[in-house]
Amino acid sequence: MLGYVIKRLLQLIPTLLLVSIIVFLMVRIIPGDPITLLYGVSESGGTSEEYIDAMRDKYGLNDPLIVQYFRWIGGFFRGDMGTSLLTHKTIAKELTNRYQYTIILALGGTVVGSIVGVIFGIIAAACHNKLGDNVVMVISMIAVSIPSFFFAMLLMLLFCLHLKLLPSLGLKSWRHAILPIATLGLGAVGMIARTTRSSMLDVINQDYIRTAKAYGTSRFQIITKYAFKNALIPVLTAIGLRFGSLLAGAALVETIFTIPGIGSFLVSSVNGRDYPAIQSTVLVLAASFVIVNTLVDVVYALVDPRVKFE
Amino acid sequence: MKSPIVRRFLKRKVSVVGLVILVIFFLMATIGPFLCQNDPLEQDTPNKNLGPSLEHWFGTDYLGRDTFTRIVYGARVSLSISFAGVLSGCFIGIIMGVCAGYFGGVTDAVISRVIDVLLAFPGLLLAIVIVAILGNGTQNTIIAIAVFAIPSIARMVRGVVIGNKNAQYIGAAKVMGESHLRIIVTHIIPNSVSQIIVNVTLNLGTAILTSSSLSFLGMGVQPPSPEWGAMLNKAKEVLRASPWQAVFPGLVITLVVMSFSLVGDGLRDALDPKLKNVS
Repeated sequence: MLGYVIKRLLQLIPTLLLVSIIVFLMVRIIPGDPITLLYGVSESGGTSEEYIDAMRDKYGLNDPLIVQYFRWIGGFFRGDMGTSLLTHKTIAKELTNRYQYTIILALGGTVVGSIVGVIFGIIAAACHNKLGDNVVMVISMIAVSIPSFFFAMLLMLLFCLHLKLLPSLGLKSWRHAILPIATLGLGAVGMIARTTRSSMLDVINQDYIRTAKAYGTSRFQIITKYAFKNALIPVLTAIGLRFGSLLAGAALVETIFTIPGIGSFLVSSVNGRDYPAIQSTVLVLAASFVIVNTLVDVVYALVDPRVKFE
Repeated sequence: MKSPIVRRFLKRKVSVVGLVILVIFFLMATIGPFLCQNDPLEQDTPNKNLGPSLEHWFGTDYLGRDTFTRIVYGARVSLSISFAGVLSGCFIGIIMGVCAGYFGGVTDAVISRVIDVLLAFPGLLLAIVIVAILGNGTQNTIIAIAVFAIPSIARMVRGVVIGNKNAQYIGAAKVMGESHLRIIVTHIIPNSVSQIIVNVTLNLGTAILTSSSLSFLGMGVQPPSPEWGAMLNKAKEVLRASPWQAVFPGLVITLVVMSFSLVGDGLRDALDPKLKNVS
């Protein structure tokens, strides 16, 4: 068991290494030199070659790529990610200040989406091919198709502008969190409901469920106690994947509700060509996603004794 | 005489509805602009932010442009971006998947790593990263969608190829001295066609969502182009005064994305009856 966990964690390393190399090379692929972009137009209207070269030296851009990479990644692990060109604060500080908001949204969205999605999926499977199933499937189909930013705008129209029940912008109190979490949750509901339904249908057709029926176990008990437990594994994977993509998907929701999270920081960095900020944010998001997925795999192995620890 | 595939597809009514909606939008994208009287870019500021009326079916936007006309022209923009992106991504994905599955060994290891890395950027993040590197605009949105589509197709094709490559007919083809390329093109790819079609259809829906999300964030197609997501971006600022500007493009995106999923599901059931009733 411990060996399995260690093996999974070791498998993370090459992926994370490649991701970090790609993120590192990102800035080097971009047409144009970052220093020229930064200092290209000075007050005097031009910059001398020597000045640019001196700046390149200062930022270590004249060193071989491999040296630059290790300097960058080393700094990253020590929490030194450089300074944002837009906000002039250190990127590490920006990210630590903002991470909590994104975590609240992603966790909230995952929890709400999972609870509603699992209940929907069970209802659909229990009334397979009947009215309940169709209603749930239509709802989850709409949930996966509607763009989150459009759904967010509809919620804002209804709850903030018409009913005036909830605040629309920022994340100062729990009431501010309701609409963003509902928006993120809806996206999760569709996928989780579909996964739960098909997994439940798989299990319901198995022999031991028929045996339970033959023993006269109540329908409710069969579904909640015997079927759901075994249907849980694909659902857990779906939930884990969802949490990771909500970390990134929060970009849209944070932008709409003007929440100062990581996603909105990424969006403003991309729009402002703030490359050091883009680099670190992307690496943090991708690393969180990969790590969460691995943790889900490990949990899944703990839950399901059938998973072999090779 | 209808083929069993068509018959199975027609049996699922919702998928047929989805197909009809898609056909309507394809017509809108191809011949729609010739039927519109208004210009999607023509500004008419005295008549800005109007609600729906007989003259302007879906109202007008913040510059007085006719929303209905912009949605019709936007169908051309959104659908062509999605098709161009997904088809090129699919092409690269198939090549990668076939190479990984057919040759195995080091080739497989390298390609699988690349797929892993692409999958390490969750959801929209991959598209945002690409646009961050290349800059915004229509062409780069297409590239972002293509890269976004690669991993799922490559993975699936790889799986199909691995499943098929030890089949007897492949061995027979090898014995008869057929080249790798010929075996791949005439035997392996035709075997994955049904799954590729399903995957592409489902990916097209996702692509519409991705491209509209990018333009909503101001990173994709740039104004004044009537892209649906970009329309919502502008509508956000006048949400209170003129909600119609957001509602119509939003509904249209939802409708098209949903139709692609319905048709994709229908195709999967029709092409692979074994999977029926499962999802």
